[in-house]
Amino acid sequence: MAPTTVAQPYRFAKGGRIDRTRPVHFLFNGRTIAGFAGDSVASALLANGVHLVGRSFKYHRPRGILSHGVDEPNALLDVSRGPGRRDPNNRATMVEATDGLVTRSQNHWPSLKRDIWAVNDLLAPIIVAGFYYKTFKWPRTFWHRLYEPAIRAAAGLGLAPTEDDPDRYVHRHAHCDVLVIGSGPAGLAAALAASGSGKRVIVADEQAELGGTLLHDASSTIDGESAEAWLAGALAMLRAQRNVTLLPRTTAFGYYNHNHIAMVERLVDHPAPGSTALPRERLWQVRAKQVVLATGAHERPLAFADNDRPGIMMAESIRVFLNRYAVAPGRRIVFATSGASAYQAAADAKAAGLDVTMVDTRPEAGCGVQSARLRALGIEVLTGHTVLGSVGRMKVRGLIVAPRDATDRIGSRRTIACDAVGLSGGWTPAVHLFSQSRGKPVYRDDIDAFVPGTSVQAERSAGAAKGTYDLAAALAEGWRAGAEAAGLDGTRSFAVSPPTRTGFTPARKLPTDVDASRVRAFIDFQNDVAAKDVELAVREGFESVEHVKRYTTTGMATDQGKTSNMAALGLVSDALGRPVPQVGTTTFRPPYTPVSFGAIVGQARDALFDPIRTTPLHDWAVAQGAVFEPVGLWRRARFFPKRGEDMHAAVARECRAVRSAVGIFDASTLGKIEVVGPDAAEFMNRIYTNAWAKLEPGRCRYGLMLKEDGFIFDDGVVARLARDRFHVTTTTGGAARVLAHMEDYLQTEWSNLQVYLTSVTEQWSVIAVQGPRARAVIAPLVSGMDLSQEAFPHMAVRIGKICGVPTRLFRVAFTGELGYEVNVSADHARAVWEAVYESGRTFGITPYGTEAMHVLRAERGFIVVGQDTDGTVTPEDAGLAAMIAKTKPDFVGKRSLMRPDMVAADRKQLVGLATQVPQLVLDEGAQIVADPRAPIPMKMLGHVTSSYWSTACGHSIALALVSGGCARLGQTLYATTPTGFAAVRVVEPVFFDRHGERVNGDFAHA
Amino acid sequence: MRETLGVAWRDLVLPAKVPDLEVPTSIAAMGACARFSLRLPSAQARAVDQAGGFALSGGVNSAITSGGSISARLGPDEWLLIGPEEQGDALSQAIEVDLDGRFFSLVDVSHRNAAIAVAGREARAVLNAGIALDLDDAAFPPGSATRTLLGKAEIVLIRPGAECVYWVECWRSFAAYVHGFLMEAAREFGPHR
Repeated sequence: MAPTTVAQPYRFAKGGRIDRTRPVHFLFNGRTIAGFAGDSVASALLANGVHLVGRSFKYHRPRGILSHGVDEPNALLDVSRGPGRRDPNNRATMVEATDGLVTRSQNHWPSLKRDIWAVNDLLAPIIVAGFYYKTFKWPRTFWHRLYEPAIRAAAGLGLAPTEDDPDRYVHRHAHCDVLVIGSGPAGLAAALAASGSGKRVIVADEQAELGGTLLHDASSTIDGESAEAWLAGALAMLRAQRNVTLLPRTTAFGYYNHNHIAMVERLVDHPAPGSTALPRERLWQVRAKQVVLATGAHERPLAFADNDRPGIMMAESIRVFLNRYAVAPGRRIVFATSGASAYQAAADAKAAGLDVTMVDTRPEAGCGVQSARLRALGIEVLTGHTVLGSVGRMKVRGLIVAPRDATDRIGSRRTIACDAVGLSGGWTPAVHLFSQSRGKPVYRDDIDAFVPGTSVQAERSAGAAKGTYDLAAALAEGWRAGAEAAGLDGTRSFAVSPPTRTGFTPARKLPTDVDASRVRAFIDFQNDVAAKDVELAVREGFESVEHVKRYTTTGMATDQGKTSNMAALGLVSDALGRPVPQVGTTTFRPPYTPVSFGAIVGQARDALFDPIRTTPLHDWAVAQGAVFEPVGLWRRARFFPKRGEDMHAAVARECRAVRSAVGIFDASTLGKIEVVGPDAAEFMNRIYTNAWAKLEPGRCRYGLMLKEDGFIFDDGVVARLARDRFHVTTTTGGAARVLAHMEDYLQTEWSNLQVYLTSVTEQWSVIAVQGPRARAVIAPLVSGMDLSQEAFPHMAVRIGKICGVPTRLFRVAFTGELGYEVNVSADHARAVWEAVYESGRTFGITPYGTEAMHVLRAERGFIVVGQDTDGTVTPEDAGLAAMIAKTKPDFVGKRSLMRPDMVAADRKQLVGLATQVPQLVLDEGAQIVADPRAPIPMKMLGHVTSSYWSTACGHSIALALVSGGCARLGQTLYATTPTGFAAVRVVEPVFFDRHGERVNGDFAHA
Repeated sequence: MRETLGVAWRDLVLPAKVPDLEVPTSIAAMGACARFSLRLPSAQARAVDQAGGFALSGGVNSAITSGGSISARLGPDEWLLIGPEEQGDALSQAIEVDLDGRFFSLVDVSHRNAAIAVAGREARAVLNAGIALDLDDAAFPPGSATRTLLGKAEIVLIRPGAECVYWVECWRSFAAYVHGFLMEAAREFGPHR
């Protein structure tokens, strides 16, 4: 069978798993590439004779397609699927060929074929491992300004996209009894065995098609059927079972505690257009009772000079391109191997009609049976040979080989002309997920690789992932693993013919006849790390494999050393003269392969990034043109500017309205907790600093709450509705943590108290009506309540109706004015608000926002927890010593208040500041010092916590925490300003209505 | 301006209307309900069995439906009771009568929560976009209820009956997020656009 089609010169006329009825076309560097559905971008490129697909990271050497799977280090393409759908560093081997893709090679300028940075290759003797660390040390400031930008321009992979990603991504949680990762022979056998139990089985595989190595096995028969037929039968059986979920195109990339596995499923990159509503990717989080890891193994290249030319690839990958994609990677192929698996690839290539030569580094005695079989097919087999190098530039043209004897004496060179080379330096089981599960891999000398050791979680490995390369053994091992995972007894054997070829002798770095220290035999293709770099690192004293990794960068970047780690370990082991197990292995961290940010973000973008909490009155405020501010997840109206007003003017107007007439404010975000039970008062006594037993039902009290450390935690007005029922309010931001704090004490310390707590934050909306005319505004709306001063004094609560619906009406005044807080059930808030607003029109009722609220409370010296306190402020510091009920036997934080440090005279205490220049509004956070001429660093006495312009006072006002502040009343101190210092006088922290007489409002005038 | 001096109208955070999405998955805001958070020591619950017609006999994480009411037990001593809106006062009085003399806490949370019904073949797939729990029949059978997270919002999930119908209850200020999250997750199952 010879390649025939003109459009795809290297495509066989028949065979493979591609769909020849569905041609696809895409662009590579502007050239149209023809392929078929079922192709990867890599197989389509090879079908068109394209090997050169990129430039290497450091030396800008021409590079081709090395592998056929996720381990691909070279063929990293920038892929665009349309506007906004471009991303870099896609492995050409994993991108499915689809119509309209635009792919480009990376890391070169001006073009892939003529790249000026290839000069780095000539400088290679200078830019060895650790070059940057040794060279770019001085002058120090040059690193950020010159060296790093220059290095990044010269080396580095693709360009990050800049447009918004228009695709959708979603998350999905799933649970199953058995999760099988990998659907090669072992994984399928495991799934078949487990599915028989009727338990829930999920099978995930990173490939577009399930089947793993069976997809390109053209020679084996399983139980008398061809591998292809057996695979089709197995998949049909699994599909027919309702308890089995098959997930192709799904990469399990992270194995976390409690068998929590993260996987990413690719949904619309592949060629089935379907619905545009389909997300691009789905991040699965699977909680599995048992896991079977059938993740296979990665082939390793051989290390010799110039082993990185385009056209040099993995032996098994050649087999995959031949059998699965019906593509000839070349017409004259040389295989170089240190193991038996490449012999099957060579036999398949010969069967496809290609010219094949086999070079084996093992002596004839080590591979006699296999070599004899190949020779019988008419293939030249050179055993006991080494590879000295390759020739060609943009593509390999020949392989230089020579015989070697037992003492590594090299015979005469011979160059074998070729257009493709298949390397096989053994196999590395993919133990990544096992390692992430906290299992410790153990070294197996015979296969020169780490395999899974003792399981830490409920998982087991099977097949090549466990170092079992024989097909019959892998199938049986998979079956047993699946059966055990599903809690079934039973083993099964599989009749496989012909037996798998599995002989192998490790060859770390092929012997050469030139100065080995000058040879660049690459082990890590992606990071341009050669064997001599690793040896140099060891010579320079880096003995830990982790240090060698970081010094040489071997095993880093997008492929995370899938093809190179074992080679590096072997070299370190040889250089140190220590066995591999003592050298150890680097840690495998998630993700196994790169995961898009979109998949991780999932739905959490735009409006769904975070829940934005709004009150029932939000839309009204929006309609009034309010400017909002975030307070935690809440959005609160900050001020209501009228046409042409800035914030300063709007806030001044809002404050004036409250002081002179009446304002209306949405306080619905206040936290609210209903405390119910016969021990409610006792509970309140313990959780707050002040006393509650004597508070009569129908009355309110300001409550102060400390943490165990004695510092202020939260505050708020509390109403006693009945002997056994309190309506507690908390700060907006503190609502959740106060409830948690209360529950914590109730459940762990005082479980004998008969009290229950219920959050009613969102049950009750709060309409604050504040100002001298507040009573007149609400009077026409309420029923069942006497609003007179005698019947309903300041700090009282009444239950009645407003606008015909139930209300808990509080008479409280955070503004210092006569005021009410109308609590109504949330769905009624909008109607009641509009009624109050309408009723207030005759008095000039003015909606005000949080900014005016802050000014009004600061004028009266009321603190805001979290603004005027910072978790290190005691009640005494805040001027709230009177809030501490000294006679109470205990309350949370009481003991801490007795510590000597908590009563020290120089503690920072809350004071007011009056600026010498009345118009100057200090910056919140400004530092306060005694003498601005003191040498720097000068002692800071404290800082400004609240600072506003006060229209009522006609000057600025500020609250501050100042060391020994109470003793400094009248002193002049200095606050920092953007340009220097401003003189301030320490005053009492009350600026307006010093005796609090205004809470009587129109009663006072009545 | 609607009634200002008459009785205040009710303004639901998620107005009930035709389902926002239909086959094979429907997502629909539920109308107003009467809701109570009942706290009662489990020993007391065993003694009374029911209160105001709400069964208290179910185990933790059960939901018992009778008539138009649901009794969802969210913890050893916590129930979310849901009934017809117009019966709210009558229900609370009946509960108080039945529990008279015992230690309990009954708090009206009718307006605190909003509810969304997610129904249909793909209901579980939609919910599992944001809920980490196993919603399989074996793990979350008909008559189950639990407090959990949907994405970044706390919810109560109730499966009242045998069909694939789930109630998602959340605090009202999270309703827009929860509804939007469910709609987004359901897009791939909705009528293809």
